[in-house]
Amino acid sequence: MKQKKILIVDDEPNIVMSLEYAFKKKDFEVFIARDGTEALEISDRERPDLILLDIMMPEMDGYETLKRVRDNKELSHTKVVFLSAKSKEKDVKKGLKMGADSYMTKPFSIKKVISDIEDLLG
Amino acid sequence: MSNFVVGLVIVCYLAILFVVAYVAEKNQGSKWVNNPYVYTLSLAIYCTAWTYYGSVGIASSSGISFLAVYLGPVIALPLWIVVMRKVIRISKQHKISSIADFISMRYGNNRLLGALVTLTCLFAIIPYISLQLKAVSETFSLISSNGSYEATGFFDDSTFYIALLIAVFVAFYGTLSTDTSKHKKGIIATVAMESILKLSFFLAIGIYITFYLFDGTTDLYNQASLQENFKQLTSFGGLENGFNWLFTICLSFFAIFLLPRQFHVAVVENDNESDLRKAIWLFPLYLLLFNFFVIFIAWAGNISLPDTVNHDYYTLLLPLQANNYGLALLVFIGGFTTVISMIVVSTLALSTMVSNNIVIPYGFIKTLVEGNPEENTKRIKNIRRAAIFLLIIIAYFFYIRFSVQLSLYSIGLISFVIIAQLAPSFFLGLTWRRGTARGAEIGILVGLAVVFYTLFVPIISQAALPNANFVEDGLFGYSWLSPTHLFGLDYLTPESNAFLWSISFNTLTFVGFSLRTKGNYRERNYAEMFVNHENYGNLQEGGFIWKGEAYVADIKRLLNRFLGEQRTNRALRLFNKKYNISETEERADARLINFSEKLLTGSIGSASAKILLSSVSKETPISLVEVLTILEESKETKASNKLLKEKSEELAAMAQQLKAANEELRIQDKLKDEFLDTVAHELKTPITSIKATSEVLEDEGMPTELRNRFLENINRDSDRLDTLIHNILDLEKLSGNRSELDIDDHDMSKTIQKAIKGVEQIALKKEVNIKFPKKEKMFAAYDEDRILQVLTNLLSNSLKFTEPHSGKIKILLEDLDKEVLVTIKDNGKGIPDEDKGYIFDKFYQSKNQNVKKPQGSGLGLAICKKIVESHKGTIAVDKECKEGTRMIFSIPKQQ
Repeated sequence: MKQKKILIVDDEPNIVMSLEYAFKKKDFEVFIARDGTEALEISDRERPDLILLDIMMPEMDGYETLKRVRDNKELSHTKVVFLSAKSKEKDVKKGLKMGADSYMTKPFSIKKVISDIEDLLG
Repeated sequence: MSNFVVGLVIVCYLAILFVVAYVAEKNQGSKWVNNPYVYTLSLAIYCTAWTYYGSVGIASSSGISFLAVYLGPVIALPLWIVVMRKVIRISKQHKISSIADFISMRYGNNRLLGALVTLTCLFAIIPYISLQLKAVSETFSLISSNGSYEATGFFDDSTFYIALLIAVFVAFYGTLSTDTSKHKKGIIATVAMESILKLSFFLAIGIYITFYLFDGTTDLYNQASLQENFKQLTSFGGLENGFNWLFTICLSFFAIFLLPRQFHVAVVENDNESDLRKAIWLFPLYLLLFNFFVIFIAWAGNISLPDTVNHDYYTLLLPLQANNYGLALLVFIGGFTTVISMIVVSTLALSTMVSNNIVIPYGFIKTLVEGNPEENTKRIKNIRRAAIFLLIIIAYFFYIRFSVQLSLYSIGLISFVIIAQLAPSFFLGLTWRRGTARGAEIGILVGLAVVFYTLFVPIISQAALPNANFVEDGLFGYSWLSPTHLFGLDYLTPESNAFLWSISFNTLTFVGFSLRTKGNYRERNYAEMFVNHENYGNLQEGGFIWKGEAYVADIKRLLNRFLGEQRTNRALRLFNKKYNISETEERADARLINFSEKLLTGSIGSASAKILLSSVSKETPISLVEVLTILEESKETKASNKLLKEKSEELAAMAQQLKAANEELRIQDKLKDEFLDTVAHELKTPITSIKATSEVLEDEGMPTELRNRFLENINRDSDRLDTLIHNILDLEKLSGNRSELDIDDHDMSKTIQKAIKGVEQIALKKEVNIKFPKKEKMFAAYDEDRILQVLTNLLSNSLKFTEPHSGKIKILLEDLDKEVLVTIKDNGKGIPDEDKGYIFDKFYQSKNQNVKKPQGSGLGLAICKKIVESHKGTIAVDKECKEGTRMIFSIPKQQ
């Protein structure tokens, strides 16, 4: 089975570090971006299977990044999952309505995140 | 001087009057016509030929007693203001146009009483007018026959023509409007002008006689004191004469209120209540000036002229004797103008009374009800014009027949005594609500009878029965019935005697009959409203209470007859609008009745208005109890309305405040929500990190080095959490009150050094140079720990954003007289311009920070700002600074 590519987009280095370790452990190919702009660059280049996207980031935020990803035909197969501290019901609804495949809230359980993502990717 | 010249002067002068009246009438709104001075000058109509000529006559023969007639008004003025204010208010409200209307309305629009008052005024004023004509005629012949005049009863036809010209003037300018309560600006303007002329001419002649013919007042006194009757002329003449003084003062006191011309200028023509305030000092001043030279002219006449001449005309004879014809002519014109203004206003007032209180209610009311508006207007005007001509012609004939033998002064006093008969019903009517129409009528009649007996019987009997001696001996031989010494009082002058007894009997019968009769409900209503005017003044179209049945259509038809369709419709439209009444309302209520009555009163007088309205309505009697209840209720409604209005205004203001407070709360709430959201987010971030990291740490196969890094991450996130919580609590504490501050005097340079010491280790490690060159002592009152916090925060920020090794931080401390100013400048990367406006906001972190997220809560500068502001200071970033960052804060030295 081909290694799945995952792009983690978050401006908090400590969170990214933990996620990176855990996904690598599960044999994902992991890419890291610290904001939306960087995320789009990497997506263009690497065509990840899934993007794990924070919402509140400096410069380009998660919503804008998602929109750009969805507009890119090359990335039609890419699944996008929000991972945000914005945990209110209306935030979740908003994220899903914008076209995210799933919405997970911080703080999270790494095990659960990984199992949900594995399900999503089939 | 020839008849022709004098006649020409008179004609010219009258022409000027016509022009002045015309101009004033054209410019009704101008401030030249409407001001308190014109009002006060029009009051000076009190000074007639009696003043102009007669005072000198009296002063020459009986000394200073002439003054009493002017002391009355002066003494009365303070009271006059109070009473007049009430009278003016009532009159304005009810469109009252004469004293007869006023008294008749007070006693329930009583027709008989109105007529009686009118008759009384006619008795009093017609002789008075003829007295004025006499003065004109006599002075005319004096001046046109070169001073050879001696009082012979000489009659010149010119007087008749002058009288006619005056009648034309009044008839024209006095009847421009049928509504008699409308102001007659033209006439009032001429009266004011005439008041100025008569005073200036009289002063001129006074000065001429005193200082030119004689050598000043001292010279006059010295020469006069040589005369045989001098002592008598300058003394008061004991207690008996004191009574005469007192009664004359009382008489003139009443006259200033009751004389029809005085009522007309003071009440009917009053534009503005506040004019009274000017009149209170200006009018006495006018009287004083007018009387100043009287005594000197009298002395001068006594010294220079033979005793055979008429003393009344000293003013004219003295310049004539000195061959100063120019001045004599001026004096003549002054006298003439005095006469004209008196006749004009008197006939105007009297003609209104005659038409509104006698002719219309007793004769023409039927015809008027049937006529159309144009005819009615014409009829009413014609009635008034006829009355004016008739009055002047009657006065003229009275003058020819009787007044030739009488002196100006005595006719004047007789007139006052007659008019004083209105005093009880007028004054008591304003203050005593029990006074009734019957009481007033009988009182006036009895008073007049006494006047007739005491004043006229002696005069007539002297002429008709020269041998009858009952005047001296008393009627039927009873000496206490002697007309001139009634009840044995033999030291009073005939006029004082007549005044004392007539007014006593009048008052007694008025009070007696008023107490015995109850008066109908209408009288009682009006009594209540006149007496208690302040309370009911603004209620229900003037407060008159009415109960009964009437239809709007009937009332409209009635109003049409007098006002014309256009005016009626306009008036009714305004009325409906004012009271929010539907145009289709068929039944008339009390307010419409009152309103219509007021409209009609202006045109035809109150008594006729009442008769007309009762002809189209079915009025049901209403008891005094009911009246009082209704008045009381509307008074209460008014009071509670006022209260309600105040309350609702209060509520509206409160609602406004609440709305503002609510808005403020809403904003605060939104800010709070946003703040909490941010706080939650900021707290969640390190928690998420800790949770995720500890989960990864479960992996036992993790290399030790990596494990240690993860553990360190946990440690750092815990610190971050701790700082964050601490800062949030800090910020909230500062948002509360200032009492948290521990303020004391501190040396700012010491505090700065402490702050530097606190960050020294980090600076050394980063090799950043911190300079604080001027270490002068500078005391200010502040909480040292807090300011230390600010300084540390600013220094830490500078340390954070400056490059290692080359970083430089400089601190400056300046004394700004009332405050100390601290500047911290670094050579770091600086703050982007677009961020400078936000750096003090909570949780604002510059987007352009290091790639590696800096360690900060985002609250540091927000806390600094709070601390500085709680010290009443300011903090700012220098927006002009291009290189590095320059932060400045200042705090006042005194808290």
